[in-house]
Amino acid sequence: MNRRDFLRVISTGAGIAFATPYMSFAGLKSNPGSNSAATHRRFIFIIQRGAADGLNTVIPYADPAYAKLRGGLAIDVAQATKLDGMFALHASLAETAKMYSAGQALFVQAVASPYRDRSHFDGQNVLETGGLVPYQMKDGWMNRLLTLLPTSQNEAIAFASTIPMALRGKAEVTSYAPSALPQASDDLLMRVSQLYAEDAQLHSIWSAAMDAKNMSDDTSNKQDPASFGKLAASFLERADGPKVAMIETGGWDTHTAQEGRLARQLKSLDTLMAALRDGLGDTWATTTVVVATEFGRTAAANGTGGTDHGTGASAMILGGDVKGGRVIADWPGLNNSNLYEGRDLKPTMNLDVLIASAAGQSFGIEPMKVAKILFPESTIAKPLEGLFRS
Amino acid sequence: MNRAAIAVNRFGLGARADEAAPIDAKKWLLAQFDQYQALTPAWQNQPKTASLIADYADQLKQMRNADEDAKKSAKRMFLREVKDEYQLAVKARAESALNTQTPFVEHLVHFWANHFAVSIEKRGVADFAGAFELEAIRPFILGNFKDMLFAVEKHPAMLIYLDQTKSIGAQSMAARHGAERQPDKKRGLNENLAREIMELHTLGARSGYTQTDVTEFARALTGWSIAGIGNDKNSTKNNTVEANGFAFRPTLHEPGSFNIMGRNYSQTGRAQAEAVLADLASSAATAKHIATKLARHFVSDNPPDNLVDKLTKVFLQTGGNLSQVYRALIDAPESWQPAPAKFKTPWEWVISSLRGLGKQNLDNVNIAQIMNQLGQPTWKPGSPAGFDDIADTWAAPNALLRRIELAQRLVAPYGDKLDARTLGDKLLMGAISQQTQTAIARSESATTGLALLLVSPEFLRR
Repeated sequence: MNRRDFLRVISTGAGIAFATPYMSFAGLKSNPGSNSAATHRRFIFIIQRGAADGLNTVIPYADPAYAKLRGGLAIDVAQATKLDGMFALHASLAETAKMYSAGQALFVQAVASPYRDRSHFDGQNVLETGGLVPYQMKDGWMNRLLTLLPTSQNEAIAFASTIPMALRGKAEVTSYAPSALPQASDDLLMRVSQLYAEDAQLHSIWSAAMDAKNMSDDTSNKQDPASFGKLAASFLERADGPKVAMIETGGWDTHTAQEGRLARQLKSLDTLMAALRDGLGDTWATTTVVVATEFGRTAAANGTGGTDHGTGASAMILGGDVKGGRVIADWPGLNNSNLYEGRDLKPTMNLDVLIASAAGQSFGIEPMKVAKILFPESTIAKPLEGLFRS
Repeated sequence: MNRAAIAVNRFGLGARADEAAPIDAKKWLLAQFDQYQALTPAWQNQPKTASLIADYADQLKQMRNADEDAKKSAKRMFLREVKDEYQLAVKARAESALNTQTPFVEHLVHFWANHFAVSIEKRGVADFAGAFELEAIRPFILGNFKDMLFAVEKHPAMLIYLDQTKSIGAQSMAARHGAERQPDKKRGLNENLAREIMELHTLGARSGYTQTDVTEFARALTGWSIAGIGNDKNSTKNNTVEANGFAFRPTLHEPGSFNIMGRNYSQTGRAQAEAVLADLASSAATAKHIATKLARHFVSDNPPDNLVDKLTKVFLQTGGNLSQVYRALIDAPESWQPAPAKFKTPWEWVISSLRGLGKQNLDNVNIAQIMNQLGQPTWKPGSPAGFDDIADTWAAPNALLRRIELAQRLVAPYGDKLDARTLGDKLLMGAISQQTQTAIARSESATTGLALLLVSPEFLRR
């Protein structure tokens, strides 16, 4: 039974679907190999809301200007994981460093979306819609990505109560987050389904809610990164699970007391990604995780132990078949004359290109075709080749 | 929706079963301007900023003289107290909304508190979030925009939230002395408050200001701080401390005149940033920004240009007189479209549900926790932009499921007290659909009927 059939069962009010909530998935779980390789692909986008500081995540320790600009915030390479002759990784990202060593994680430095001002909200809008300027596009690039996938595989989920902009659009998307409230009775759920039958908006939202609810066999309400990653993985590792997913992280806007805050933030992110990897099991081999933020932070530390809104940032691509163990960067340097507007890391790579290439190669669709749909306003000359092994 | 239903359910906070439907909808709304109470009974016992600061200073003093263990336990106790105080403040806010005789004005309080959002996510804000709404929002709802803007930007909650208390002019006395004493420790400018004032509180994004304008404004704002906190109490000695604990610290202020959006500001001291704020308050971009947000909140996610233009004009003509702007909103035919165009936010839905059930005190309901569960924790939006005000954000699968779960809990005590069949008519004022009536009539129990009423399509919208 595919999801559409499953929804039909619910929307016709057949009580049996509620009495045995997992019946539609019975027998599907351990069925690897019977589907085409693409069916097993998973694409996860983790957004870092608040402008994460790329320079203290993927640290350009070998650039002499770095320590000067960052002063007390500069991270000594001895306190970090050395990646290559130029960059080191923040020590909080210990599990991510293991993925890097195993060739399953790559980092991108000096990357930015087409947005060049410094508003979080506009910046996130550009990052999520895939437009050139804020509010130009009305739907999100992840939703448009769904239109490129075969209908049996175009299922997407937001691990959040509501649906973030990147996933909004024509294609139906569900959302799921752990609840601390007592579950509603099956009787009430069934009556609500009937109540919404004639209301187009509520009917489709409710069907998606029931779909996700029935897919979850989670009984814990924990929202810590490890439990959250495990929960997300439990959805995604099912053979009939969603193919595209988004996870939101916040708290990256470190204007003050950055040292401790960024360390905690990165530790949470690291824990989340490790829980995804571990929870996905065999599916990790065909999973791609993209981590990105709306823009970077100022090259120099500010006067309050933090950094202000900047431009160039870092991004990550992780996954079982990612051609990892490297940092992709056309390093612009941090000398004053090399900084964007004299204050920020100058972006030398378009984040749109990175996302389109990762999504395209991941699903086996020509990246330029993906770019046209996801970022129709961007002029992308050529994709980034060879992000994956084989 | 008929006019009475629009007045009560779209502009107000939802019908109460014990209140008669207004006969003249417009008059009912306008009359509230004269009846509004800034200090409601529920808010009466809530602590003011001045006493919170004094308590905090006291705590610090006690901590200094205590040993390590005592320090730890005192810190724990303090954090618990802050959490309790926060929950009590949310309760006061909700009880005001349940018992008010002026639901439209109370609704406007919620609107403005979200426009000037602070978030308790930031340590230090939790203590002041309730006092912020009480002191910087509630008294200014019906007055001039500029007065509310000044009260907001000078309030400790906002100064802490957007890092202003940490911002220091690079050429200020404090920075120069600091550089001599501790050359390694860099202290300086933080542009967070300046940027968000321009982008979120006044002009709006993409309205023509530049990065340089933000930085210059941040310089003008240096010295804006809080009295009574920190080691340098003396630096505010010769400066009057204003209401709510605002203090100007001259030693932190960047000297010089600044050019912001083509205007030169050569004032000194606190007057410099005040002059900038006053100009921002009366700018055409600000008028349009506020008009758009008001129209979006009360009329439509995509407000009609016509309506926005009307409100903008009134804002500019009256120098930001908010009562006049609300009056124009009530006068506009666009505001009275019968089809419900707004999907209630979790807060609006919970408040209208509790009002509908006749709840008046929340002694046995942890409203702060409920808001958390519904994804709209009070005074804790994810960003200084506040919570979104469009259906795309709130009409989402998991969020809807949460409402159904909560409805089931809210109605549990009312099974033998309320009849959903008559209550539905009363609350929705004739706007109840055949489907909802049928669903309620067929429900297996009285409580299920009540829950269905609260989650019915017409009750979820306004």
